[in-house]
Formats: sequence, C-alpha cells, structure tokens
Amino acid sequence: MDLVFFIVFAGIAVISAISVVLQRHPIASALSLVGVMGSLAVLYLQLGGEFLAMAQIIVYAGAVMVLFIFVIMLLNAGSESRRGRSLTAQLLGLPGLLAFVGFASYFFMRGFGNAGTVKFGNFTGGSAEGVGIALFTDYLLPFEVTSVLILIAIVGAIVLARKEMD
Amino acid sequence: MQNLWLIPAFPFIGFLLNGIFGKKLPKAVINLIAVGSVLLSFAWVLKVYMTAGDIGATPVREHYFTWMQSGQFSVGWDFAVDRLTMIMLFVVTGIGSLIHIYATGYMAHEEGYYRFFAYLNLFMFFMLNLVLGANYLILFVGWEGVGLCSYLLIGFYIVKHSATTAGNKAFIVNRIGDFGFSLAMFLIVVNFGTLDFNRVFQAAPGKQTETLTAIALLLLVGATGKSAQIPLYVWLPDAMEGPTPVSALIHAATMVTAGVYMCTRSAVIFTHAPVAMFTVAIIGLATAVFAATIGLLQNDIKKVYAYSTVSQLGYMFLGVGVGAFSAGIWHLVTHAFFKALLFLGAGSVIHACHGEQDMRHMGGLKKYAPWTMGVLICASLAISGFPFTSGYFSKDAILGAAYAYNPAMYWIGVITAGMTAFYVWRAFWMTFTGEYKGHGHPHESGWSMLGPLVVLAFLSIAGGFLFNVPKILDNMFPIAEGGENMTLTYISVAFGLGGIALSYYMYVVNPKLPERLATTFSGLYTLIYNKYFVDEIYDATVVRPVVDGSTTVLWHVMDQGVIDGAVNGVGSEARDIGGVLKLLQSGNIRSYATWVVIGAVVLLLVMGISAMGLAAVNQ
Amino acid sequence: MQDALQLLQNGVPISWYLILSAVLFTLGVAGFLYRRSIITVFMCIELMLNAVNLAFITFSHQHKDVSGNLFAFFVMVVAAAEAAVGLAIILTVFRNRATLNIDEIDSLKN
Repeated sequence: MDLVFFIVFAGIAVISAISVVLQRHPIASALSLVGVMGSLAVLYLQLGGEFLAMAQIIVYAGAVMVLFIFVIMLLNAGSESRRGRSLTAQLLGLPGLLAFVGFASYFFMRGFGNAGTVKFGNFTGGSAEGVGIALFTDYLLPFEVTSVLILIAIVGAIVLARKEMD
Repeated sequence: MQNLWLIPAFPFIGFLLNGIFGKKLPKAVINLIAVGSVLLSFAWVLKVYMTAGDIGATPVREHYFTWMQSGQFSVGWDFAVDRLTMIMLFVVTGIGSLIHIYATGYMAHEEGYYRFFAYLNLFMFFMLNLVLGANYLILFVGWEGVGLCSYLLIGFYIVKHSATTAGNKAFIVNRIGDFGFSLAMFLIVVNFGTLDFNRVFQAAPGKQTETLTAIALLLLVGATGKSAQIPLYVWLPDAMEGPTPVSALIHAATMVTAGVYMCTRSAVIFTHAPVAMFTVAIIGLATAVFAATIGLLQNDIKKVYAYSTVSQLGYMFLGVGVGAFSAGIWHLVTHAFFKALLFLGAGSVIHACHGEQDMRHMGGLKKYAPWTMGVLICASLAISGFPFTSGYFSKDAILGAAYAYNPAMYWIGVITAGMTAFYVWRAFWMTFTGEYKGHGHPHESGWSMLGPLVVLAFLSIAGGFLFNVPKILDNMFPIAEGGENMTLTYISVAFGLGGIALSYYMYVVNPKLPERLATTFSGLYTLIYNKYFVDEIYDATVVRPVVDGSTTVLWHVMDQGVIDGAVNGVGSEARDIGGVLKLLQSGNIRSYATWVVIGAVVLLLVMGISAMGLAAVNQ
Repeated sequence: MQDALQLLQNGVPISWYLILSAVLFTLGVAGFLYRRSIITVFMCIELMLNAVNLAFITFSHQHKDVSGNLFAFFVMVVAAAEAAVGLAIILTVFRNRATLNIDEIDSLKN
C-alpha cells in the first residue's frame, strides 16, 4: 500500500511541479504549487512526520501561498511575454540540470540502495508530542532565534511594503 | 694618543660651517673659518711631529672603530703616521695653508665665495684622510673624495659650459683609473685577506710574483688616472678651467701626487714585481717626454704649466719605477713648492692682466708686477734644475738613479729636462719682457696674494737644503752606497742652462724665429700644437662607441623595449583579462544562477566521487 | 513477479524518496532559470525549499531521529519569513521599475 500511495502522490507532485514551471500565468503557477505542497504533505505523513504534514498544509499552503496570490493580484501580474535573453541560461542550464539530476540519482542509488524502506508506521517520533519535546529541550535556542527572525521579517516586510506617508 | 683624527677634522668642520652658513656670513668670517681650519690642521701636524718622538722607529697608529666586519675580513678606521706620512702631511697642510691665504685675495670678487672655500676645505679633509689612512680602503675613500672635490672645483664656474664639461671629463677619466684601483683592492683581499698596510706588506714577499705583478699593475692603472700619466692624463689640461688656486693646490701640489704616494706606500709590492716597476718607469718617462713636447708650443700660460705638471709627475713615476722611491718623493715635495708657486704666480699675472690668459697678449709685465716677476724667476730656476735650487737636488737624484737602471732612460730624461727649462723660460720671456700687448693697465697683486708667493719662492730655492728627503726616509728606503756621479749632474745642469739660453735667444733676442720655425715645420707644429690629437682619437675610438652603443642597445632595446615593455605588458595583459572577465557581470540574475548550478554540479561530482572512492577503499 | 510482490510488501525504498526530492529540486532550478516573471521565480524557490524538506524528513525516517523533522520545521519557518520579506521587496521593485521582468533589472551590469 505504501508503494501505491507513494507512486500516486509522487506523480501528482511531479506533474504539479512541471505545471509550476511551464504555466504562463503566475496564478496558474501558484495554484500548481499548492498542489505540490498538498501531495508533499501526504508523503510527509507516510514518512511519519505528522506534525510537519499538518504544518505544511496550514502554514505553507494556507498562508504563504495565499500571500503569493495576494501579491499577484495586487501587482496585477499578467502572462509572461515570449522572448528570453539569457544565452548562458539557455545553453548551459539544461545540460547542467540534467547532469545534476542524473548524478544525484546515481549517487542516491549507489549510496542508499540498501538503506532500508519506508513503511507507514515505522517511525512515530514525528508526532506533535515528539516534535514538541525536541523543540523545547534540545532545540530551544534555534526556536527562540527563529521567533526573533519572524519578528524581524514582520518589521522588514511592513517597512518595505508600506506606501510613503505624505 | 695623538688624536690624529683632529688633522682632517678641522677642515671638515670648516667645510660644514662655510657650506651651511656661508651664504650669510661676511667675507672676513668665511676667511677666518676656511684659512683658520687649515692652519689649525698644520699646527696639529707640527704638534704631532714634535711630540711623537722617532716615528721612523715607532710609527703613531690609532684605531677608531671597526668599519667593516665579515667573517675573517675586517677593516678598521685606522690612522697611521710614519715618516712618509709626515712628509705628506707637512706638504698638504703647509702648502694648503699658503694657497688658502692666497685664494682669499684671488677670489675676492668672485661669485660663490663661500662655496669655493667650503669645497676647498672638503678637499683638504679628503686629502688628509688619504694620507693618514693605514689601509687601502681609507686611502681609497680619500682617493675618491679628492676626485669629487676636483670635479666640484674644476666646474666651479657653473655658468661656463667648458668648465662643467672639464669637470665631467676629470671625474670620468679618474673613474677609469679608480676601477683599476678597485680591482687591485679585490685582488689584495683575495690573496692577503686584509687591506691593512702593515699586514699586507709583511705577507707580500711570500706571495707569487704573478699575483704581485697583477696587483701592482692594477694599482698603476689607478695611479695613472689620478696622477695624469699616459693614457689617462687627458683631464689635467682641461682642468685648468678651474680657478687658479684650485690648479695650484689640487692639480699641482697635492691630489695629483696621490698616485706617487700610493705607489711609494706600496713599495714592498712593487719591488717584488720587477715587470710592474719597469712598466712604471716606462710610463713615467714616456709621459715626461710627451707632455714636455706639447708644453713647448702652448700659448695659454696655465696650459703650459699644466703640461709641465704632467711631465714632472712623469719624472716622479720614473723615480719610483727605477727603485728610487725617496727620490720620487723628494721631487714630489720640491715640485709642490715650485709648481704651486708657478701656478699662483700665473694667477697673479692673470689678475694683473684682468683675466687674460693668452701669453701672446702679455709682455713687458716686469714694469708693472715686479714682485710677481721675482718669485716666478725663483720658480723657473727651480724647475729648470738650476744648481742648488730645490729642483736641482731632486731631479738629479732621479736622473742618477735612472742612469743606474738604464742609461738610455737617463739620456731621454736629460733631454726632457732641457725641454722643461725651455718652455718654462719661454713662458717667462713672453710674459715679462718686450712690450705689453694687451688692453688696459696691468697692476701688481695685493699682499694677501704676494705673501704666500714669497714664502713659496723661499722654499723653492732653499727647500733642497732644508728637507733632505732621502735622509728622512732612510729607514724605509735605504740610501745606496757609492756617492753621486757628478758627471751626470754636470750634464743635466748643462742641458738645463742650454734650455734657458735657447729660449732667451728665441723669444728675446730674435723674436721672429719661432714664427719662421713654425711655418717651416708646419706639419710637425700643427701636430704638437693640437696635443697630437689625442683627445680627438679618444673621442672617436672610445667615447663615441660607448655613447652610441649605450643609446641604441641599453636605452632603446633594453630600457624602452624590454623593461618598459614587460612592465607595460603586464599592465595591458591585466586589463585584457579584466575585459574578458567583465563579460561575466551581465547583471542578469539568470546567468548568475546558471553558473551557481554548474558549480553545484561540479561540487556534487567531486564529493560523490571522493565518497565512493573512500567507500571502495574502506571495503 | 514474486520479487515485485515482495517489494510491494516491504514498502518504498528510501532512495526513491531522495530521487523524487532531487527531481523536484531540479524542476525548481529549471523554473528559476527559465521563467521571466519575478513572482514565478520566487515560487520556484519555494518549490526548491519543499524538495529539501522532503529529503530531511526522509532521513529523519531512516535514522528514526526526530531531528530531521525539526530541521524541516525550521526551514519552513525561515521560508515563510523569507517569503514575506521577499514579496515586500518585489512590491518595492515593482513600484520603482514598473516591471516584473527580471531581465530588465540589471543595473549591476558591467
């Protein structure tokens, strides 16, 4: 069963990702990205990261992507035009990317070929309790620092995005 | 502790004071500093002489500090006074004082009065260092220093192009000689491990003759430069561009004798290298004859005396070369007396004629400048070897020794003595007899100039009796047994008197004769009158090729082409590379991102391969 | 056939997750390189971050350690903050240059 779930949702993720890259209108890309995040959430669930799966849907798909859509609508971003200009990207990019994915796959197969399998239920430490305990004991400092980071981001975003008072 | 360092220190302080403050000081103060410092030096020399006891047996030696130290080799700043040094000290400080006093009168109306005396004091400092040095390096410091002062003083009239050119010529030609001297010093260091006189001369007899000959010949090269012998004499006649006191002090009495002093000091090396001695004698003799022939026809009074100096220096070298070192030094001393007197007297004559130096525009000065005439008679008698003058003793000492070495040398020397008498008295008759052919009204010089002249005249006449140099130097250069051969003396005196008589005949009794002879032997006359075209030959064979080669090869090819090309090339290469790299900065985010991706791929590859390699090794 | 069934029983090999992560990441980079609108480029950045999160959680499952989850958690937090500030910057850029085409924002050229 795990395999089935994996293949289905991996397929949805990849197709949605391709859709993100290839769609011409930003709104369509944004919605495809929501699809990617949703399918990834299911995969997280299968991997035992329950808390993170829920966080992904609530925060990422629910807040960040909505923010994106707000900005797209605010800026009235339209479809992209046809012409491109970067020769370097066109010439070297595609081979580079293919090389990258090829090498990565190869090394993963080699290195993790007999590293075990993923079965739903093999790992239960990713529950809210598990994450919470680790977060507030071992990883307390990063937690506090990230809260400061969020504060800075809020202030920064407000300062940058406000209209000039006159 | 005799504090020998004071002897050069006094003139050096004079140089500093006059050099730094002289512009604002009144002339009286400048005189006091300049002349006073040299007189103090002379006084100190006198004090050392009287309190040092028998410096022949126990020379005074003082070590001040170690100048160079490198492994086994060390050179200290040492001064030493033995009898030879004492003679030189008296000559330098004594005649130096007289000429300084004379110069206060002669240079009274010149620009840069303080500068002149500053340079003159600096010269005294270096010359005294040269003479007091107890090793070759201190001698060389003085050697170079007097060369520098000579350049500064020859080119004293800085607005006169011929003067500055003459200064250059003196310095450059001297440099060639100095190169030989330096090579000699290197050889000495290599073979003896030291430059100290005592140690070198003690070890010299034990060395190979070839080594000593090489060293001696290289020292001779240096001496020919400094003492104006063939082939490096060409600077001395041009040096007459300098003021007359300079010609007297530097180019007659002291600097040019440094070469003779150095050869005498190195007597041990020379006596063990017979080939070198012979070369010295030949060069001396050849120079004596050569210069005397040129002096016969010169019309500038200072040029006559200049060639006379070259010729007389040749005599000194002849004396050294045939082994009569003390005779050479004796002639050095007496020559200092009468040649300085001749030059200073010439200065008085030039002063009287308001700057005129060409003897054809003089004449009849005996009415206007009787004192000058009187002292010049004394000097001319001395240089002609008139019996019982100082020059008579010294010149005959040399000629006698020459005869013992090789009779042919004696005969050539005697003929040259005749020529010497001829040209000196020719100058005298042309200047003082007949009618005055110049403009204006000649006048006698003041006592600041005449005073030293009188003193020198006295020394020229009586110096031979007062200072019997061979006896003084007996401990260093033993006097040979067997008395003098009086026949030789009579012959040389006869030649001298004959020269005087012939000149009298040609320039007083029958003044038309010189012109007629000149037209009859016009080819020979032109050759000799133009100094055998030696300067022109040097220019064509040495100077032009060096200058042209330097311009084309060293300047255009090496400096501009290679060095500038390399330096500028590096710069333009950097700029070109920058131009290429500039294209990476497109400002386009996407191309930057592409490069990042490529970099990441490469990194991934490297890490993967190394990890796989490690894994393979571990298995 | 027996092996395939065996495989089905055993669950999904870990390397497949990692390869999926690599593919998603590559797609994100491709979008970053080839899209012209800033907002789309930004979205591809988010895609890349998600791919990395997947890898972290996979490793967390493999080693039975919750630290991987926490790493992904922090990545998410930072990504959210970054998205906020980044979009604010895009707004400012749009206000100053009236364009969303990244090819036209090249004042650092040469």
